[in-house]
Amino acid sequence: MRIVLLALRRLAASLPTLLVLLVGLFVLLQFAPGDTVDALMAQMGGGDPAAADELRRFYGLDLSVPVRLGHYLWRLVQLDLGYSAIYGKPVAEVIVERLPPTLLLMGASLAFAFAGGLVLGVFAARKVGRWPDTVLSTLGLIFYATPSFWFGLMGIVLFAVDLGWVPAGGYEEIAGGKTGLARVLDVAWHLALPTLTLALIFLATYLRIMRASMLEVMTLDFVRTARAKGLSGMAVLTRHVLRNALLPMVTLIGLQAGTMLGGSVVVESVFALPGLGRLAYESVVQRDLNTLLGIVFVSALLVIVVNFLVDLLYARLDPRIVS
Amino acid sequence: MKVLRLFLSSPAAVIGFALFLVVVAMAASADLAYPGDPLDLAGRPLQWPFTNPRFPLGTDVQGRDIAAVIFHGARVTLAIGGAATAIAMTIGIAVGALAGYHGGLVDEILMRLTEAFQTLPNFLLLLVFIAVFGSDIATVILAIGVVSWPASARLTRAEFLTLRSREFVQAARVLGMRDLPIIFREILPNALPPVIVYASVVMAVAILLESALAFLNLSDPNVPSWGNLIGTGRAVLRTQWYVSAIPGVAILITVLAVSLVGQGLNDALNPRLKGRP
Repeated sequence: MRIVLLALRRLAASLPTLLVLLVGLFVLLQFAPGDTVDALMAQMGGGDPAAADELRRFYGLDLSVPVRLGHYLWRLVQLDLGYSAIYGKPVAEVIVERLPPTLLLMGASLAFAFAGGLVLGVFAARKVGRWPDTVLSTLGLIFYATPSFWFGLMGIVLFAVDLGWVPAGGYEEIAGGKTGLARVLDVAWHLALPTLTLALIFLATYLRIMRASMLEVMTLDFVRTARAKGLSGMAVLTRHVLRNALLPMVTLIGLQAGTMLGGSVVVESVFALPGLGRLAYESVVQRDLNTLLGIVFVSALLVIVVNFLVDLLYARLDPRIVS
Repeated sequence: MKVLRLFLSSPAAVIGFALFLVVVAMAASADLAYPGDPLDLAGRPLQWPFTNPRFPLGTDVQGRDIAAVIFHGARVTLAIGGAATAIAMTIGIAVGALAGYHGGLVDEILMRLTEAFQTLPNFLLLLVFIAVFGSDIATVILAIGVVSWPASARLTRAEFLTLRSREFVQAARVLGMRDLPIIFREILPNALPPVIVYASVVMAVAILLESALAFLNLSDPNVPSWGNLIGTGRAVLRTQWYVSAIPGVAILITVLAVSLVGQGLNDALNPRLKGRP
């Protein structure tokens, strides 16, 4: 119970941050040349100024900046993200439609990066200074330095074009008409390469942190005690070292939630996935600022929620935090 | 001197530095090696590398010489990476120094601001800036700088927190020095080394951010950029994959070089961390 309270307090502390963020963004958008109505008129191939004024009144764009800021914040409290003139429906609806692929991609990449980094980090730490450690650390550095979109493109060339193992893009077979398990497998098949692309870069970071953390914990006294008690190497590793060495890894999840969302913009564009990131890109190109702002809001919420979960997990792993 | 010797004793750091020098040399010799606008048509489009001695790295969809774009792109990449890093470090150090030195309300406000920036995915924030202010090269540099400062602010703040109650700072205060000279002349030089090392991380990320923007065609189209070339190559990815592959290797090498130099500097400045088992 105390864990939840503690995490809730942290959650409450992030509310002012969110407010600062939203006000800042709203002010920033006031500098944008042209508004939604301009974009809309351009799409319709022009129109007379009277119609434009009418539209502005309809979208509430004729009011003063502070009033609109007030309206905007009040609507956000009600989870109303406004109306997307480009998509012709409420922004919240557009975002909810696009959320599943992104969450799936992020969740899968995170799991893959975490598990891979954990296993390889432990392995590298146990072979520290010898060639497996050097090879892994070098590969980690190279993956870290690789632009994710390039990785994705080269993956498409190798695995989709040359070998034909996976599709080159898309979320599922269009008009495949698959349901149930068949559809799940279809989506998984389509997401394999994007997941790998997004995960490899983060895997490098997890590997590095896990290795350093293992090396640090292995020198501590309680590990020597555990060994002196006569525990086997495996028991010392899983029951004593890992639990402590995992703490920085868990912290990293929270820190990287935002970076991962940013990375999904690029990866989704490479693989033509109909996700939130691609929506962000499209709304920049189409100057659909309402949608862009909605995505930013939802992303900030996502990051805050992930950090809330990380706090819970952290307190669970490290009882010292609660007491 | 000791730092230099330690730096040179690490093979990874030396390799990184050598790679970095290669990129700098490419940037410096771009005008000599490939005079004229690299974005102009140079020859028949889509010639494979090593097939025509005039175009060692081949030509792209629009008949541009890939080698020329790589050389001129090196200049752009370094300029954007360097300038954006300078902006990010300036903001970060200023915010971190003020927050760490003053503490209290100033610290609270500045840290809330930092948190607000950190809550948002920086690439998404970058997209917002581009959507609002356009994708002129100066705007891109400024935007990358503005989204990249929070971590260095935190680092500077942490250094200031440990330094501000030291005796030399108290001595300066007793002597009647004002806050700003104390911050910049007394504390900052002592807080700087780890922050400078962190600049290599900022620069690596800045280069990757710019390449991603250019890849999505959201950066300045009038500037030869590696990321942009990768984006152009997408149209012919299935057959002429080299158009996308070559500039990607260039980005990889540059970011790797910057990271290796940073890591080497870090090990040289904190030697006790290096020898850890």
